[in-house]
Amino acid sequence: MTATRPDRPDLPCTRAESCVVACAEAWRGAGEVMASPFGTIPSLGARLAKLTFAPDLVLTDGEAALMVGALPIESRAADLVREAAMPYRTVFDVVWSGRRHIMMMASQIDRTGNQNLSAIGPHHQPKVQLIGVRGAPGNSVNHPTSYWVPDHSVRTFVEHVDVVSGVGYGRALAAGSGATRFHDVRRVVSNLGVFDFETPEHIMRLRSYHPGVAVGDIVAATSFSLVIPDDVAETRLPTPEELDLLRTVLDPGARRDRDIRS
Amino acid sequence: MSDKRTTVDDIVGELRSGMTIGIGGWGARRKPMAVVRALCRSDLLDLTVVAYGGPDVGLLCATGKVKKVVCPFVTLDSIALDPHWRAARQQGRVEVMEVDEGMFFLGLQAAAWRVPFLPTRAGLGSDVLTINPELRLVRSPYGAGSPYLHDPADADVELVAMPALHLDAAVVHTNRADTAGNGQILAPDPFFDPLFLGAADRRFLTTERTVDNGRLGDEGPLGTVVLHRLLTDGVAETPGGAHFTANPPDYDRDESLQKEYAASAGDPDAWEAFAARYVHVSEDEYRAHVTERTERAAR
Repeated sequence: MTATRPDRPDLPCTRAESCVVACAEAWRGAGEVMASPFGTIPSLGARLAKLTFAPDLVLTDGEAALMVGALPIESRAADLVREAAMPYRTVFDVVWSGRRHIMMMASQIDRTGNQNLSAIGPHHQPKVQLIGVRGAPGNSVNHPTSYWVPDHSVRTFVEHVDVVSGVGYGRALAAGSGATRFHDVRRVVSNLGVFDFETPEHIMRLRSYHPGVAVGDIVAATSFSLVIPDDVAETRLPTPEELDLLRTVLDPGARRDRDIRS
Repeated sequence: MSDKRTTVDDIVGELRSGMTIGIGGWGARRKPMAVVRALCRSDLLDLTVVAYGGPDVGLLCATGKVKKVVCPFVTLDSIALDPHWRAARQQGRVEVMEVDEGMFFLGLQAAAWRVPFLPTRAGLGSDVLTINPELRLVRSPYGAGSPYLHDPADADVELVAMPALHLDAAVVHTNRADTAGNGQILAPDPFFDPLFLGAADRRFLTTERTVDNGRLGDEGPLGTVVLHRLLTDGVAETPGGAHFTANPPDYDRDESLQKEYAASAGDPDAWEAFAARYVHVSEDEYRAHVTERTERAAR
């Protein structure tokens, strides 16, 4: 096999593959919950987790059904085997029961885990209109919620997001027990590293940096000051089995590398 | 039994400027586009549009029909954001009540059930409550000591009181309907269409094909007839009435026309050309232009 990282011939994987494994890890130990990944990399992560260490995960077909197994990312609708119906209205039965761990995207995220999907600038007349809050407010106070940010920069990792869509720790606390009871912002995975909120005041912490990324790169690309443990580790490498599943089964067309380049 | 057959023009004829109108479907899926086009051609103004938004919202904004939109998002699915919506928002041409998807669902449900609000955690802690300053919280009346308190954390808990989203009128598109006003959705997801109808004073279906009352079972399992006639006042047959949005199994989204629609947002000449062929025309002319376009592409 040729080296996958010209800059790091010692590494067996691309950056995109590190990101997929980092996303998959978010669902480790999740048990029988609905995994709702948004974007190619989180979708591959959820499928990889289901095929390896999280076999009970429940995945949807992206339409109105739950699907058996974990098929390649470019599967045709006709190839999917469906196990149950899940129209949009019933998704709320799952969301509000808590049996779900979503990984949404974030146009902005801040140091206590507030996420913005709605608008950049003042909401009454945005500088940039985004897609809208979607289900982020409800998701984030009802079940584990993680985020995927493919373009880590000072514009995406900001001191304060412009419109709080997904609710972070500080805002949940201020809103009271109705918000904190099931609030659990678990992970943030970016193209540079993995972050969590496992600090006394739930301030974002660097959990691991992806192979080939320096901690200083992450600090420079983040607008606020992260908690950085002295013993912060590198994101674990994919196992040979995981790499094989990813490259030959789940994503032989290497769509992952179109999202994130090494 | 009354015959509820009507026409798209008669549906729009019942609507008035300033009304609050619910539009069924989701994003760029099974939107009642024939009615949306007729609204765009009408002299109606200052509408409040309530929708899981797609090109319905974008087109009505682009033609200046909208005062306010109530939605959790506006998307074209295969194109993340409707650029006509983006332009209307960034130019400050429309008001918006932006809420969480689940809050939106509960607002329709509350209206359909004739209660003023329904409680939910969704929205707590988020800017949905600050960008909509008239939204209120409600405190649970079940405190410590109540025999009905299951989870101690819920004693006196404060939740969002999602207000009923009452609609003056609602329009949804179905694959089939019958003359009595029963509607059949042959695609796997009825979305929130029963609730849009339930939340409205005047309730309209458009449909690909109308059959005699009692014959919808011939078209698919009775379980697909999710819109019964207690929810409807009128049914208009309009083949291709959801085009260019997706309406399986009758047709998929016309991605090519949707792209042309999206691309016209940044360019007044392109928008004028698009509107002249696909908006300011009768439904028959619309279908003819779409057929012509498809044939041209195939050559």
